[in-house]
Amino acid sequence: MSGMSDPFSFNAGAVESSYVGNLGEAFRFYGAQDEDVLLISPDLGGGPVTGPFIQSFPDRFIDAGIAEGNAMSIAAGMACYGYKVFVLQMGAFGAIKCAEQIRTDIAFTKTPVRILSAWSGLAMGFFGTSHHAVEDIAITRAIPGLTVFAPADDNAATAMLKLTEQADGPVFIRLTDANINPVYEAPPKLELGRFGLVREGCDATIIGTGLGAQLAVGAADELAKEGLSIRVLDAYSLKPLDEEAIRAAAAETGAILTVEEHIVSGGLGTAVGEVLARNRSGIPFSILGLPDETLTVGMPDELYAHYGLTVANTAQRMRELLPSR
Amino acid sequence: MTTPSIVTLERFRDTSAAELAARAKQLRLEILDVISHAPMGHYSSSLSCAEILATLYKHVLRLRAGDPAWADRDRFLLGKGHVAVALWPLFAELGFFPADWLKTFGSLDSKLTDHPDMHRAPGVDFSSGSLGHNLSVGLGMALAAKRRGFDHRMYVLLGDGEIHEGQVWEAAMAAGHYKADNLVAIVDANGSCADGPTESVMSIEPLVDRFSSFGWHCVEVDGHDTAALMQAFKQASESPGKPFCVVARTLKGKGISFMEASPREWHLGALMGEDLVRAKQEIEEAGQ
Repeated sequence: MSGMSDPFSFNAGAVESSYVGNLGEAFRFYGAQDEDVLLISPDLGGGPVTGPFIQSFPDRFIDAGIAEGNAMSIAAGMACYGYKVFVLQMGAFGAIKCAEQIRTDIAFTKTPVRILSAWSGLAMGFFGTSHHAVEDIAITRAIPGLTVFAPADDNAATAMLKLTEQADGPVFIRLTDANINPVYEAPPKLELGRFGLVREGCDATIIGTGLGAQLAVGAADELAKEGLSIRVLDAYSLKPLDEEAIRAAAAETGAILTVEEHIVSGGLGTAVGEVLARNRSGIPFSILGLPDETLTVGMPDELYAHYGLTVANTAQRMRELLPSR
Repeated sequence: MTTPSIVTLERFRDTSAAELAARAKQLRLEILDVISHAPMGHYSSSLSCAEILATLYKHVLRLRAGDPAWADRDRFLLGKGHVAVALWPLFAELGFFPADWLKTFGSLDSKLTDHPDMHRAPGVDFSSGSLGHNLSVGLGMALAAKRRGFDHRMYVLLGDGEIHEGQVWEAAMAAGHYKADNLVAIVDANGSCADGPTESVMSIEPLVDRFSSFGWHCVEVDGHDTAALMQAFKQASESPGKPFCVVARTLKGKGISFMEASPREWHLGALMGEDLVRAKQEIEEAGQ
């Protein structure tokens, strides 16, 4: 539990935190390149994601106090003056508490605010059901004009800072805190509206987002030992969605499993299912995610095991989807 | 339609309280006229802020006629977004868009909406429609302008019912904390909400004490007295170190007796026939 001395290392002692990697330094570096980069946060700035930036550029940090909605609307006003405003939010109190500010003040107005939604999913599961952030993909996907990213790990998050500039308008970045099975060894090349092809394969496809991409890679590696060739797509761009990659996966591999640290309603699986239905792809398809119920509490690794968000269960769900051989 | 000439309008440009009062009176007639093109409109809360808007747009704000996106303008944000109908005639007069757009109010896909949309109507500095957000946005602009070294000033018009919204007080707290002295809030304290008198729906008083306790300079004026408004806005521009709040005491439905008598019934409505004739007549005859 060594990391618990840092109040923002919520996962210490359980699952290794992605935020202890390069993201904080990358954000500092990004800020060093462009003095128009500002940060607003509701009493959350000093943690591993933005702490280094604040240390280097204290005058470019605006603390909004514990007032998330106000932080979002202030960010919109500042973005009107050409600033590249990042808002660091705790996942549980970001999209769901500020859905209206994000929709009305940021997305409808097309102000290019970048929302860093940290500690998403079950990362803060120890603290109570109030601290789960498992509805945010559904909420943010439903907002016109908002780009939604979900990096798979620290390296992807690092690459994503720059990618926000490709979006024509605001961006919501759902950061995963989990570092169970990192997908990338270095910051990857990412493209707006594309999925990452992490593993090529022809027997089936696993599409994962955030932690889901980490589990997908692990499962594909496990299944490879059984002679199965599994394609792995990293759904880091949830909106716009890479429909072409989904259609190709359906046509070329014949079965799709999606994996996400989000409730099964309205998340990645729903989005992929919509594409399959529109394209009349009657292929075997399944969604691995969290049940649509009030979730229980515990340390993240316990919760991941409890709800089957593990490499082993991802592999098992994939096996179940394939025709018996 | 001739191309509007571009003219820079400096702050506190020369005018008289009487001229502003006359403009407010004219604006009331224009509000009725613009709404007449639509199935309905927000009457009584538009009428309460006619003097405030006339004073801001004809006297206080630094603007450029014919150039609504001029970078160096002062910004105005309509927190109580439902009275956008009161802005449209002022914007047309400033050459922000052709005057014949006023006839499109309420029609399908009109640029002039019931609540203002910055991507539809030129001259809208920020969209509104959800009460309680725009003081925060105005604060963000105020902080950003200072950071850029611009002397822009931000004015946010709030309804008195709007300040029931908790976010208004989050913004008030933050503006005091950051000493945003380029931010001016105006409360159109017309004393009436949709459900009845504001004080009976949810008490907001004492307003001056409340804003003052959040670190604001705050004055109270008769919001229909253009001389008092001119003085308050002048004072706001000369009060460094704190954001400034003008609590403008107004009457909902001001200028039309039957709306003053039942402001709730005329919060949203459609004036027709003899009522419309009588309303215009009362406005025209007021103060004569």
